[in-house]
Amino acid sequence: MSEQQHIVSYGKLTAIWLGLLALTALTVWVARHNAGIGHVWGSLAIAVIKGGLVIAFFMHMKYEGRLLRWLLFFALSVLAIFIGFTFFDVLYR
Amino acid sequence: MSGALHKDYAGAKLGMWIFLFTELLLFGGLFLLYAAYLARYPREFGAAGQEMHLGFGTLNTVILLTSSLLVAMAVTAIQRGARRMVLLLLGGTVLCAAVFLFNKYLEWSAEIGNGIYPNSPRLVAGPAGESVFYSLYYLTVGLHGLHVLIGGTFLTIVAVRVQRGTIHAGDYVLLENGALYWHLVDLIWIFIFPLYYLIL
Repeated sequence: MSEQQHIVSYGKLTAIWLGLLALTALTVWVARHNAGIGHVWGSLAIAVIKGGLVIAFFMHMKYEGRLLRWLLFFALSVLAIFIGFTFFDVLYR
Repeated sequence: MSGALHKDYAGAKLGMWIFLFTELLLFGGLFLLYAAYLARYPREFGAAGQEMHLGFGTLNTVILLTSSLLVAMAVTAIQRGARRMVLLLLGGTVLCAAVFLFNKYLEWSAEIGNGIYPNSPRLVAGPAGESVFYSLYYLTVGLHGLHVLIGGTFLTIVAVRVQRGTIHAGDYVLLENGALYWHLVDLIWIFIFPLYYLIL
């Protein structure tokens, strides 16, 4: 296993954690000060950024090979397709 | 790597990721249900969302993010062969899991005390959309809570094996997979938090 281990330093992980906390503070602030339809997409966009940071750094996806990256892309695409197609039905019925 | 014992590191991690994808689709389905019902009952969801405890939600978000940091650091520590550090970090992660569940207990007790639980007289008498909101809330958050419990137990077992020395710098895929599972629990909460606590 030695040939493929990538060590992420404590400092880098802590920096990501601080970023995640800042985004959490931002999303709570946005929700409390900006009622309206825009904040739904704003909150979801912040959640997507936070999720991306967790997957890329905490879950080491940034350092994985092509196979896992493509599988992740495939799984997220399936999720997007089934959410997207359901909404064609829900919104334009 | 000893000759007699075959270890497939890449395969073990691939298997974990494929399992995590099925988990994403499971929770994705619940989020889809939420979105579809939000489109049907926007006002009822809005009214029900106002009663959610933002303080508990935010606190639990911070706790889970911190626990995710600790377990990610535990992977770094085992790669560097720092066993005591791994045990400390895993202990911290499991402690966060326990605090998260305790907060959940307080939050749900308050809600159940207010007559909000599936099929409660208050919800049965109220508008349909509100009852749907709370059913989805209890189902999604409850299933997530179950994952916290499973993840915490898994990481405890991993910690015991680190202590015994069967997980070490040369063979730590179980710790890595436990950490991946824990990050998934965090990842799902990152989406539950805005959907149930913030956007309504």
